[in-house]
Amino acid sequence: MSFPFFQYEFLQNAFITGIMIGLLAPVLGVFIVVRRQSLIADALSHITLAGIAANLMLGRNVGFFSGLNPIYMGMVFSVGGAVGIDQLRKVYKHYEELAIPIIMSAGIGLSVIFISLANGFNTDLFNYLFGSVLAVKKSDVWTIFFILLIVFAFVIFLYKELFVLSFDEEQAAVSGIKGKWINFFFIVLVALVIASSMKIVGILLVSSLMTLPVAASIRLANGFKQTFLLSVVFGETAVILGLILSYYLDFAPGGTIVMFSVIILLLSLLWKKLRSNRKIAINQ
Amino acid sequence: MSKQYKPAVRIEDLSFHYQDRNVLEHITFEIPVGSFMGLVGPNGSGKSTLIRCLLGLLKPQSGNVYLFGQPLSLFKNWDEIGYVSQKANSFNTAFPATVYEVVSMGLFGKVGLFRFLNKVHKRKIEQAIETVGMADYMNRNIGELSGGQQQRVFIARALVSDPKLLILDEPTVGVDAASVAGFYQMLKNLNREKGLTLLLVTHDIGVMSDFVTHVACLNKQLHFHGNTAEFEKVSKEGFSQMYGHHVHVLEHQH
Ligand SMILES: Nc1ncnc2c1ncn2[C@@H]1O[C@H](COP(=O)(O)OP(=O)(O)OP(=O)(O)O)[C@@H](O)[C@H]1O
Ligand SMILES: [Mg+2]
Repeated sequence: MSFPFFQYEFLQNAFITGIMIGLLAPVLGVFIVVRRQSLIADALSHITLAGIAANLMLGRNVGFFSGLNPIYMGMVFSVGGAVGIDQLRKVYKHYEELAIPIIMSAGIGLSVIFISLANGFNTDLFNYLFGSVLAVKKSDVWTIFFILLIVFAFVIFLYKELFVLSFDEEQAAVSGIKGKWINFFFIVLVALVIASSMKIVGILLVSSLMTLPVAASIRLANGFKQTFLLSVVFGETAVILGLILSYYLDFAPGGTIVMFSVIILLLSLLWKKLRSNRKIAINQ
Repeated sequence: MSKQYKPAVRIEDLSFHYQDRNVLEHITFEIPVGSFMGLVGPNGSGKSTLIRCLLGLLKPQSGNVYLFGQPLSLFKNWDEIGYVSQKANSFNTAFPATVYEVVSMGLFGKVGLFRFLNKVHKRKIEQAIETVGMADYMNRNIGELSGGQQQRVFIARALVSDPKLLILDEPTVGVDAASVAGFYQMLKNLNREKGLTLLLVTHDIGVMSDFVTHVACLNKQLHFHGNTAEFEKVSKEGFSQMYGHHVHVLEHQH
């Protein structure tokens, strides 16, 4: 049984996109997790869904939108949600995490309305919710590649600043680092990555690809750089295995990718436990 | 004040209040370059607030701050200032960073935007870690260290950029007595030999007076500000008055 990667263009698109997402999601995920903002990804994915649903609805009525890749409208909404979270945090200085449920419920509310207006569910929507191997287009590949370049430039050149800002904002301020702008760009990039990941993993599951590999690596890694490395390895493993399995079983890839992430997480916990047990045994 | 003389810190008539509570009232004082200033006062007297004002982390409602002769708003050379906050040990202890990585943060302001650490920087980081006696823990996660060890790492982070002014807000909380003595001795050496200007907040009044050159006593207002010799003269009455009860100023142990 050989995997027909070179035979079908749709499989190539799905895999190339998957590999890029397997890199992007955990890299940004590391910063999200250490800042204890894991739920931001959920809030932004739900507001992305509202964008997709809006595009599907408009597509029924306005010719222009039916030809447009909904990923762009998703991105517009997602970035809008990111700006919203950023603003709300300033309003609720001492309850910053409130911004997340506010944006999340707005996203779900809007989605439900747009979906109702678009006359309910269809396969397109199903693909966006849970991911699809078939739905990835060449234009998606290029869009995500472009985002990959931006995110990499951002993370490589502002690594120091992102690192200090995540560790302690006061120290960042005393080092003369302009935290406001960097934090703002960061959340906008998270929004873009979320919108672009949804074709493969689906809106409901995209946040798990940002957090689960990090949750696994944080238990095992020594230091921040190693946490990155392991998160990416775990993220890629889950994406690749998940895509292959979903192709053969004809499942939505979101489910298989996330379940592989969960398995990796469980294995990492088990590994850690075995290792510390052995340490104790040796010490005794 | 002559044009030539630029103290490391100059604070002019600074007042600060949180919503309804006055914390600092008309504070005026100077830290001369090369001095080792001890800042003392009871809990809640506004010491940390004063430090946060002079670092620009809080905006005072009135008054001016100058760092090395420059108004705070124009001051750019943040790598000349090292700071260990009182809350240094309330960071996210599960943060996955090694001792080396934490100390490297102290250099980021100096290295600058869009640039990377080079060999010289790396050597500097290792030296700073050695200075605080944590060389054996270089690659351990910060969260796996004891409170006192973490505190040493934060001190190394403040020292690594070769600051001209080092501000320490109760840096020895959680550090054992033997290490505290060594730590003060290290500060004294940095001050006397390398000319580093120091501002140290502490409750260890006895230990401190062995090492500092100047003392400031704060309780909302500045109660005393001068060099150690003057301080010893007034300390007995001054302290009881300020703290509101009798204070034993520990005798020096020579
Ligand atoms: N964020 C805040 N909001 C309101 N009041 C505050 C805040 N932070 C501090 N205060 C108040 O300001 C006063 C001065 O606090 P500060 O932390 O400067 O004291 P301190 O001298 O550093 O005390 P300690 O010796 O306990 O560290 C205290 O009365 C405190 O209750
Ligand atoms: Mg304090």
